[in-house]
Amino acid sequence: MKAIINYIKEVVGGVKTLINGMKVTGYYISHPKEIITQQYPENRDTLNMVDRFRGEVIMPHDENNEHACTGCQACEIACPNGTIEIIQDRILNEETGKKKKTILKHVYHLSMCTMCNLCIEACPTDAIEMGKGFEHAVFDRSQLTKVLNKPGSKLRAGVEE
Amino acid sequence: MSVKELHKATQSQEYFVNMGPQHPSTHGVLRLLLTLDGETITKVEPHLGYIHRSIEKMCEKDSYQQIVHLTDRMDYLSCHMNNEAVCLAVEKGLELEVSDRVKVIRTIMSELTRLSSHQLWWGVMGMDLGAITSFLYGFRDREMITDIFEETCGARLTMNYNVPGGVMFDIPANFQTKVKEFITHFRKKLPEYDQLMTNNIIFRNRTEGIGILTKEDAISFGVTGPSGRASGWSNDIRKSHSYSAYDRVDFKEIIRTEGDSFARYKARIDEMWESMNIIEQLIDNVPEGSCREKTKAVIKLPKMEIYQSVETARGELGVYINSDGKKNPYRVKFRSPGFSNLNALNTMAKGGKIADLVTIMSTIDLVIPDIDR
Ligand code: SF4
Ligand code: SF4
Repeated sequence: MKAIINYIKEVVGGVKTLINGMKVTGYYISHPKEIITQQYPENRDTLNMVDRFRGEVIMPHDENNEHACTGCQACEIACPNGTIEIIQDRILNEETGKKKKTILKHVYHLSMCTMCNLCIEACPTDAIEMGKGFEHAVFDRSQLTKVLNKPGSKLRAGVEE
Repeated sequence: MSVKELHKATQSQEYFVNMGPQHPSTHGVLRLLLTLDGETITKVEPHLGYIHRSIEKMCEKDSYQQIVHLTDRMDYLSCHMNNEAVCLAVEKGLELEVSDRVKVIRTIMSELTRLSSHQLWWGVMGMDLGAITSFLYGFRDREMITDIFEETCGARLTMNYNVPGGVMFDIPANFQTKVKEFITHFRKKLPEYDQLMTNNIIFRNRTEGIGILTKEDAISFGVTGPSGRASGWSNDIRKSHSYSAYDRVDFKEIIRTEGDSFARYKARIDEMWESMNIIEQLIDNVPEGSCREKTKAVIKLPKMEIYQSVETARGELGVYINSDGKKNPYRVKFRSPGFSNLNALNTMAKGGKIADLVTIMSTIDLVIPDIDR
């Protein structure tokens, strides 16, 4: 007899705890304002990424198609996984008659980047920064290898190593 | 041999089942070789190596600044503490004293990381036991913390926020308000966790008395963190080898004595309350000062050995650096909590059912990349 009473008690107590849990669910069904789901990608236009967001490494260019990268390779050395490759050339400077190292290509392998921010910290001229793009899916992985300096771009005058 | 025993010996047959490496409840690529007698487990043998990335070896070619970002990829849910461990070790080697501001920021961020890790664990634990609701609630609250991280250092998970000598960026202007907002929010929401899961009869029956780990076993296997403390072993590094700003805050070390799955569960829930206490004590008085001491661009440690341990969300993480005076370490070894905790799995699961094994694995909170490195 005692066992039966205990059994019934347990069942009733158990059902109570389940109902108690369902109360929480019920509360959110009746308070849809407290649900915080974001409708991505529908909200793309209003999506605001924070200032420090690390999406990819970019090199800003000004209106004259000039950048601040001197080709000093500091970012290449700071990068832990060989994401950045600087391809340089020596170009004759007509005024001084000396050959000077100039950057040809700043190659960035997005597929290898861990967004660690070390290259940006290392750059002495702040030529590169973290971009806010995060939709990096492409159909072919060769598209993930990017050249950061735009074709025909030059080093901004006055930027020294 | 009695007739009954003879009958059992001839009738029962042991067989092997592979659980994983793609089993959803192992939370990653872990293969467990189970020896079963019917549905009863007689032996659990973990097989590792499916996500081994040789992080320790990679550290040997990296500079000390570069090592930090690799530790994000070990226990990704405690990434801030992992970063902190390496930075503290390097600072110890350089005999560099960081400012109070850095210490406080690091402590607040560590506790936020611990909270977010436990929230995720809570959600996933419910899911392992078949209750998908908890997953959504856990992630709802975790989202607020990841937003704070994102605003502070630009990343949500692999943060790489610590650097030897301080933190990478100063905290943003709205950091304090946001953290306080979160604490007020979460103080209201944490009782919901109890209402949904802790008091649920099905959950209770599946955790109470399951997977008991005695204090002796916990010590001999080196089970640290909430899992070890649930067995009554006081092993909180924050108390015993205090680092950063933990010596100036007042908090309780959560110790339970039952050692079963429910005790491990409850220890983590209580730890969340304590983490909130720690943050509240620090958030209003972040001292002024620089957030980063200047270090040389190429850090060279003198010829020495360093060991530094921190308390991550899973237990004691130890960083051992052996330096031979060059700009790269000669050898780096991580004592990861997950690896030691996994070793106790056989002891806990023996004699139980397969469903109990899932419960046990959830309550010791395995993160496979931390085990394999
Ligand atoms: S963010 Fe890190 S991994 Fe990426 S390019 Fe810069 S240094 Fe390399
Ligand atoms: S991006 Fe900066 S660090 Fe890298 S090569 Fe150019 S100037 Fe040097």
